[in-house]
Amino acid sequence: MNTYSIDPCFASWRTAARRLLSARIDPQDILWYDGSGTPPLFSGDLDGLPPGEAPRIPRAFFPLAEMVACHRDPLRWSLLYQTAYRMTIGGKSRLLDQAADPLVRTLNQRAKAVSRDRHKMKAFVRFRKMGELDSGREQFSAWFEPEHHIVELTAPFFAKRFASFDWSIMTPDRCAHWNGRELRFTDGVPASEAPTEDALEEFWKTYYSSIFNPARLKLNAMQSEMPKKYWKNLPEAELINDLVKQAQARTHGMISRPPTVKTPRPPSGS
Amino acid sequence: MDLKRKLAILADAAKYDASCASSGTKRRDSSGSDKALGSSGGAGICHSYAPDGRCISLLKLLLTNACIYDCLYCINRRSSDTPRARFTPDEVVRLTLDFYKRNYIEGLFLSSGIVRNPDHTMEQVIEVARRLREDHDFRGYIHLKTIPEASQELIEEAGRYADRISINIELPTQKGLEKFAPEKNLPRTRDAMGGIRERIDAARDERKQHRRRPAFAPAGQSTQMIVGADGASDHDILHRSHDLYSNYRLRRVYYSAFSPIPSSSPALPLKAPPLVREHRLYQADWLLRFYGYKVGEIIHREQPNLDLDLDPKLSWALRHREHFPVDVNRAPREMLLRIPGIGVRSVMRILSARRHGRLRLGDLGRLGVSLKKCSPFLVTCDYSPQPSLLEGDRLRLRFLPPPEQLELDLGAPAHDPLAAISARTGEI
Repeated sequence: MNTYSIDPCFASWRTAARRLLSARIDPQDILWYDGSGTPPLFSGDLDGLPPGEAPRIPRAFFPLAEMVACHRDPLRWSLLYQTAYRMTIGGKSRLLDQAADPLVRTLNQRAKAVSRDRHKMKAFVRFRKMGELDSGREQFSAWFEPEHHIVELTAPFFAKRFASFDWSIMTPDRCAHWNGRELRFTDGVPASEAPTEDALEEFWKTYYSSIFNPARLKLNAMQSEMPKKYWKNLPEAELINDLVKQAQARTHGMISRPPTVKTPRPPSGS
Repeated sequence: MDLKRKLAILADAAKYDASCASSGTKRRDSSGSDKALGSSGGAGICHSYAPDGRCISLLKLLLTNACIYDCLYCINRRSSDTPRARFTPDEVVRLTLDFYKRNYIEGLFLSSGIVRNPDHTMEQVIEVARRLREDHDFRGYIHLKTIPEASQELIEEAGRYADRISINIELPTQKGLEKFAPEKNLPRTRDAMGGIRERIDAARDERKQHRRRPAFAPAGQSTQMIVGADGASDHDILHRSHDLYSNYRLRRVYYSAFSPIPSSSPALPLKAPPLVREHRLYQADWLLRFYGYKVGEIIHREQPNLDLDLDPKLSWALRHREHFPVDVNRAPREMLLRIPGIGVRSVMRILSARRHGRLRLGDLGRLGVSLKKCSPFLVTCDYSPQPSLLEGDRLRLRFLPPPEQLELDLGAPAHDPLAAISARTGEI
């Protein structure tokens, strides 16, 4: 049993996996080490493997694998290698179509969790304005806590959407920075680095409380889409408890108040 | 009046419009530009959720809530004593851009009370969209509410700036409109929707020939019906939806359970209809659009309202037991779609998985299907339901909600368990 060391990214796993596949190494004979957890006592040497031609992994593998590689599960590299092995040496090139296969099911679940996390990042990042350059170019910054390693995969979405101002998205794992020309990534930072305020948030909170309809309280529906773990970084979430508390009284007020019987005003301009 | 106060009044006035979709428009982004802002296309993004469970995707505002119409169910009708406010176009433009840059929203949903006359109002609404698109190169999503009485040229202009345009049909029957919305009329609304459909179709055809031709409302048109304010039945509502989907190719019909409003009209019911009714209508709507059901299969004139206890797909299955159990290893797609508890995506997975081998019951579980609901209705290579299960009343009883499920049933009598059932829209 050998442990092979890689950087914690898909590209590094892919290079190593190609070497291992070309030497036809069985998934059961290897472990992976990506820098997290306890370092192995003995490491396998990829260059020392017997040479051979790397089998071609079917194209369908890659979009799924790239997502699974972002998952926080420490076993993800091993799951990916098992899959690649079965799809090539194992002869099951259409393996991924078999959604009921336990391995495929696990991969799909991991990919789904990552995809959901990416979607929530696109939704729940909240930029705060930090200032403007002399040129008038605005600068924004945000703090976000993703569940998986998704910053690099998701940052291009923000670069395309917010190309015309500078921004940084900071997270505990990794930070992304955009300057109008290129995306740059740096190490994660502690939460104390998060930007703290933006005057516009008062308007956003006003909007949030006004668009809420107290006559149809549905807390479970809200929380299944916006779980509590995200609340601490959403400026509007601090209003939720009070809105819920007042909802019953507000609705009761609407119902018990006598209907308006009023002579219609004549139509006016505004 | 200060801007925050206006925002509070004009967002409050806009919240009875259920539509918040930001998906399905043309793909665009701001790469390579140092002036453009925003992107859209692909899946919509819900940036927040209010405690009413509704998603907040767009900044939903009225330009003004002053209105010369007197639709009884509407908080902004001219006889209501609600506080009034009016935004200038620039104020809406500023708020949209400022919210967008902070990633609070996908774009703007703009509607308005009718001031002076329909054309004047429409011009103001269009002016906001024009400034966003032309002066600020805004590439986010814009949904404009249009007024059926506005001139065709103005609707034409709205469709050039907007991703989606919509006209609310409000109530399914002309009779209901006469009683509750005397200034509105069904034939005129249908005419306007027909005009929009023609324009959308024409723009799509032109773009097939010449890709640079301008798009016209690429995310299509939608509408909204209010449920439970007038006496209309689910039969009336679903037949109207069917009419709108088939004749006008609407992308969505939204159903909005009438919600008690401050200073309501005495002609209205004081209490809201149970939210579950709205939920059942959405489920029926899904069956029409994605499951291949005909409207006559879901609802009959003799029993003109949907069963509130059971979803309409399950109701259909219970009424048509002769079609079950369905063999998941052999049945065509149309029949798989009729098995209660199996959604569109699960059907796709089943079709793909069964090419590689015969499916057992455990395989269905691993495909993400909830066996509890579907197992009486299907056969796999290692399972078939007890024949007695499909007979008699026991099957219906098995699916009825437990009698005690009460929580947070505001505005409903405390002993009504139906009011408490959460009413989400989605797959069945």
